[in-house]
Amino acid sequence: MEDCISTSALLTTDGVPLKQSLKKAERKNKLRAFLLVFPLLLFIIVTFVMPIGDMLFRSVDDSQINGVFSNTFNEYKKWDKEKDVLPPDEVYKALFEELAYGEKIQIGRALTRMNYSKSGWKSLIKTTSREIKKAVKKDELPKNYKEFLISANDKWADPTFWYAMGQMVNNTTPIYYWNALDRTYDQDQNVVMQDEKRRIYIKTWIKTLKISVYVTIFCLILGFPVAHLLANLPLRYSNLLMIFVLLPFWTSLLVRTTAWIVMLQQNGVINGILVWLGILSDDGRLQLVYNETGTLIAMTQILLPFMILPLYSVMRVIPKSHMRAAQNLGAKPATAFWRVYLPQTIPGMSAGGLLVFVLAIGYFITPELVGGKDGKLIGHWIAYHLKTTLNWGLCAALGAILLGVMLIFYWLYNKIVGIDNIKLG
Amino acid sequence: MNVTSQSFVKFEKIDKSYDGEVLVVKNLNLDIAKGEFVTMLGPSGSGKTTTLMMLAGFETPTNGEIFLDTKPISKIPPYEREIGMVFQNYALFPHMTVEENLSFPLEVRKISKPETKEKVQKALDMVELGNFGTRFPAQLSGGQQQRVALARALVFEPRLVLMDEPLGALDKNLREQMQYEIKHIHDRIGITVVYVTHDQSEALTMSNRIAVFNDGVVQQLSTPDILYEKPENSFVAKFIGENNTLNGMVTDINGETCTVELDNGFGKVKALKINVNEKGDKTQLSIRPERVTIDSTNPEANNFEGKILELIYLGDHIRARLNVCGNDEFIVKVPNEGSFNHKEGDLLNLSWNPNDVRALDI
Repeated sequence: MEDCISTSALLTTDGVPLKQSLKKAERKNKLRAFLLVFPLLLFIIVTFVMPIGDMLFRSVDDSQINGVFSNTFNEYKKWDKEKDVLPPDEVYKALFEELAYGEKIQIGRALTRMNYSKSGWKSLIKTTSREIKKAVKKDELPKNYKEFLISANDKWADPTFWYAMGQMVNNTTPIYYWNALDRTYDQDQNVVMQDEKRRIYIKTWIKTLKISVYVTIFCLILGFPVAHLLANLPLRYSNLLMIFVLLPFWTSLLVRTTAWIVMLQQNGVINGILVWLGILSDDGRLQLVYNETGTLIAMTQILLPFMILPLYSVMRVIPKSHMRAAQNLGAKPATAFWRVYLPQTIPGMSAGGLLVFVLAIGYFITPELVGGKDGKLIGHWIAYHLKTTLNWGLCAALGAILLGVMLIFYWLYNKIVGIDNIKLG
Repeated sequence: MNVTSQSFVKFEKIDKSYDGEVLVVKNLNLDIAKGEFVTMLGPSGSGKTTTLMMLAGFETPTNGEIFLDTKPISKIPPYEREIGMVFQNYALFPHMTVEENLSFPLEVRKISKPETKEKVQKALDMVELGNFGTRFPAQLSGGQQQRVALARALVFEPRLVLMDEPLGALDKNLREQMQYEIKHIHDRIGITVVYVTHDQSEALTMSNRIAVFNDGVVQQLSTPDILYEKPENSFVAKFIGENNTLNGMVTDINGETCTVELDNGFGKVKALKINVNEKGDKTQLSIRPERVTIDSTNPEANNFEGKILELIYLGDHIRARLNVCGNDEFIVKVPNEGSFNHKEGDLLNLSWNPNDVRALDI
């Protein structure tokens, strides 16, 4: 029998090789299956794979400036920094030509990029360009390009500018990632921390992680009893409770967030009640909104259903007899809960926890509205650079780091709990 | 012998209601002796599981008291009752291995590790699952899970073991095999068992005594043979085993026996007077199918004719459905001795001994 399988190919009754026949028979099914999933595949590629790929590409892309100053950068690479203080004449010549004959819009864009590496580039190039244009107009090409440029602006004799150019001569650059982590290059092109007052991202990253962890923990603490009630109350009560849990889903996020502002502001409902009850004095009203506290409260409430629902779906299928059995075997209710019930809810806790954490870490609208000055998360800076400074490279780098952080947490989660343990319903 | 001093578990005037309107258990009085295997048998909704849950401590009696070893236990929480229980769906903890499931009751009792290990192994050996300790419940078959549940209920040496339809989820063969196994374990370790089931053959196989429940009331509490042969009311007669019924009215009472005039003028039957009081009472007569003889006459009384409606060949016997005195569902079991050669539509002469007919309530 084994011989038959291993040595000679099996034949069908009609004498066709079995494999070939099977392939033919299955071909239509395979094709149909593929056609059925094809739209979804296309959808995922267009809406998920491509944008993320584009983002990752943009976060390191430096090709625009390399297109504008290709000759300059080529000559620049030949400069031996040990031997000469300033780059050779050819670099100055190439720069002159590329500024003189280059496309204005492209040069403008490149200038923005140059300023990310070192401030001062923009004005330097602009003043130089003016001189170059004049000279070209008069048809007086300089004999010595180096001298011409230095006379146009003496910063061309400053090696720090030339050193800074070294950051741009490759098609890819890590500068956006360094910037996203509050780092920059010093004169000798070493990566160093930004000035004290310009460090904003690391602080924000830590705050984002901290608030996400807190929100996850608070959601777990608040959601666990609710999910337990949902799973164990008689149907008519649990249905009502379920509506209360789902109601926020049917209300606009913006409405809920503004409602929190109404509730939490200094003349708002909560402060009002506390003052009325005499717990707070009128001038001792709590600052509950436009700070981290506000972000924490509002985000916890808004993300709570994402914790409750997975927990509920897991708790619903834990037989009630388990708690009874544990008590029957001699465990006090607390022990029974801790040793028998709680371990069985881990899949729900981890699914809810991961869901809430991942949503919280990239949350934007709520912290933006209730966060005030110090309750803003990393999403704020991504939006800021996307819309205001148009520094898309930095945007992409921030986004890529966010993606990376999530993947790290996912990996950790898989190591500790195991991804097979996740259960959404 | 004095029953009260003997009784290990005693239900005294137990009433139970969930909603204050309907009594699920009505005035239950039940004594169970030490080492006894008592089964509560009844259709679903008859109050048997509620009774068991009250004994385990998961439900509180609305009235009355339950005594265990002469001490009232209504105020003792379930985790201090020292009563083992096998649940309907086993209630094995899915996140623990078989060993961990078994050592759980020992751990919460703070029993030392080596002793725990020894007891767990002993319990596993008892149910012949010695090598399955490291598996998880989901990796076991239904029958194996059932044994683990049994071992877990016994491992901490409880005073009493309760079983709530423990074999309900098993297929027929396995169920029968487990019935014998549980019975043998009971015989071996001599523990008191209170067993709940709706399967009468299960109850008959395993129990010392059976309490037949219906409508929250114990209809009869007896040994299996008495329940089958001497049912005290028509519910028990119908619920235990197969049963032919004929309705009529008592016309004469003579000591232990009585004469019953069948409805619609089908004749008179002599029967044992069980659950009738006086002349004129309506009664239902109960006759077991195997106590009806064919092709012979009884010199005293009770000779009737029946028309064969259906014959079913069952190997060791032939099951005949007849029309007797207007009852189309009259069953007779004819032993397969090779001499039965009637066909459907034939008339049969039937007779039965007055001692095999019981005049019960209607």
